[in-house]
Amino acid sequence: MVRGLGRAGLMLWGAIFIAPRPSKGVPLLIKQLYVIGVQSMIIVLVSGLFIGMVLALQGYTILVDFGTEDSLGPMVALSLLRELGPVVTALLFAGRAGSALTAELGLMKSTEQLSSLEMMAVDPLRQIIAPRFWAGVISMPLLAVMFVAVGVYGGYLVGVEWKGIDDGSFWSILQAQVEWRQDIVNCLIKSVAFAVVVTWIALYRGYYAVPNPEGISRATTQTVVQSSLAVLALDFVLTAMMFAS
Amino acid sequence: MLTRKIELLVGLFLLSALAAFLVLVFKVANVDVKVSDDTYTLYAKFSNIGGLKVRSPVKVGGVVVGRVSHIELDPKSLMPIVTLTMDERYHQFTDTSSVAILTSGLLGEQFLGLTPGFEDDDTSILANGDRIDDTHSALVLEDLIGQFLYSMSSKDK
Amino acid sequence: MTLAQDSLVEIHNLGFSRGQHVIYDDISLSIPRGKVTAIMGPSGIGKTTLLKLIAGQLTPDHGQVLFDGHDIHKINRKQLYQLRKRMSMLFQSGALFTDMNVFDNVAFALREHSGLDEVIIRRIVLMKLEAVGLRGAAQLMPSELSGGMQRRAALARAIALEPDMVMYDEPFAGQDPIAMGVLVKLIRDLSSALNLTSVVVSHDVEEVMSIADYVYVVADRKVIAHGTPAQLKQSDNQQLQQFLLGEPDGPVPFHYPAMDYQKELIG
Repeated sequence: MVRGLGRAGLMLWGAIFIAPRPSKGVPLLIKQLYVIGVQSMIIVLVSGLFIGMVLALQGYTILVDFGTEDSLGPMVALSLLRELGPVVTALLFAGRAGSALTAELGLMKSTEQLSSLEMMAVDPLRQIIAPRFWAGVISMPLLAVMFVAVGVYGGYLVGVEWKGIDDGSFWSILQAQVEWRQDIVNCLIKSVAFAVVVTWIALYRGYYAVPNPEGISRATTQTVVQSSLAVLALDFVLTAMMFAS
Repeated sequence: MLTRKIELLVGLFLLSALAAFLVLVFKVANVDVKVSDDTYTLYAKFSNIGGLKVRSPVKVGGVVVGRVSHIELDPKSLMPIVTLTMDERYHQFTDTSSVAILTSGLLGEQFLGLTPGFEDDDTSILANGDRIDDTHSALVLEDLIGQFLYSMSSKDK
Repeated sequence: MTLAQDSLVEIHNLGFSRGQHVIYDDISLSIPRGKVTAIMGPSGIGKTTLLKLIAGQLTPDHGQVLFDGHDIHKINRKQLYQLRKRMSMLFQSGALFTDMNVFDNVAFALREHSGLDEVIIRRIVLMKLEAVGLRGAAQLMPSELSGGMQRRAALARAIALEPDMVMYDEPFAGQDPIAMGVLVKLIRDLSSALNLTSVVVSHDVEEVMSIADYVYVVADRKVIAHGTPAQLKQSDNQQLQQFLLGEPDGPVPFHYPAMDYQKELIG
């Protein structure tokens, strides 16, 4: 356990801080942004839309009993910004991109592609791990922001278009309640933290996978389980720090 | 070529993230782009501020003209002192103006309602650092109900 | 054991174990410059491990590996990477990068290390591909190639930087007779044409005997025999003869060690 943490730390250290090469790194980064970010977009957008709509529908049935259905906007937006946006995006990301990363690295290891990079005097940490790590850390906050934006739109569709809340009051009450630093910046901080954790776990599990089909499938499962648990636990800590006062 | 398609899609990805971010900033949080440094500060002393918070708005006839920037207890009189950061554009309130802690709706947020005072030869315009003397504290629902019950029971006798 | 004077790689008293499992006890061998040296032995005795020890990917428990006079496991990472540019390895699976086509695979090491112009790199890559007969397949992805062609493409990649030494890890395993013949020819031709030092690790006796200048036979954690192919065939070492002729029973028993058969059956 402690040794695993040490190995994971050294791996990240070697990938990020030792001899970065901007000229050759950028094309690799773009490729990984495509694989990790762009290919996760569909699932994140669709989930965001539906979660926003469900939140609005559930919220509406509760709020309408108190005659406060005008507060639907802030309810949906704040739930998404403070919790659901970063957390659900991170969980989806772990399932979509994290497991793919682990499987890809495990496969590269079992087909000796990592060894062969080393034999060609190319550091696999620099060539393989570093661009994937950065692509993950860049992609996830962006995906979380898209998730929230689409979710708020989903809430708008249900609240205003379907349930007939007044368009103006939906937005104005929402705008009065949501605050730039408290909510949006914290949303970004959370998703960056989750991105680091999920990508790191996925890369570590893949890089140190037992190089056979059984080992790879176990590593992939471990990635999803461990990064989901880590995200939820970290979310509690961050929420306690951010919204305690 | 394959790489060009990938670059295009990554560009699209970044752009849509930017668009989503802008939606959040302007449509959801409604951040005021104009960072108006032109403000002046007023003070007001209340006996009870109820649920007033830092960043609660100061309104004149419903228009936001400033925000509460600080709340503290005066160590001598043991009464809350509220610091108001006012927009420089609205710098024509006389010292006869009054502030009251009001509630939007029955259960809504509390805010400061500023009522501009009359103007004659004796009055002056409130300047930076001045204190508003005429203040009305928050209505505390429990106190009101208590008073109401008390007056009911005294009538009965 | 006497070691040849002009050897590129020398291994002295090497020991290596994985956990409790001892893989090598005390191995010494030398690989002469410009020759084809074969290391043979039954499966599962860690022949690939030996190559990784030579390349410095694994660290031995004791003993040393000298590559052209440098102790592979004493030098720092940067020097090791410098030495690795002079050696290359053909992996059992080929280990082509699955996300690039054949051309980019061969060009990879050149682009990383040579600093040459793209026009020149293109010429070198096409020359290497021509040498292995795959110039026409330059734009294909590795998944579109057969196993034998993948290995040939990997060979082109291995000689792209013109190394001093190429290590072949089971180059013949799982190949059909034609692909095998092609690989045997390629290894022999490339070795003589580029004056390469070749190390072939394999258990395909016939093919190895046909191309090797010198053979080491490894079993039971040590070298059991070595010599030229002709010398080995003359040897009266029983364990060696069983391996060379492929007899099912002999010093290496057919049965995994177990308790007495009758006892176990009847109880």
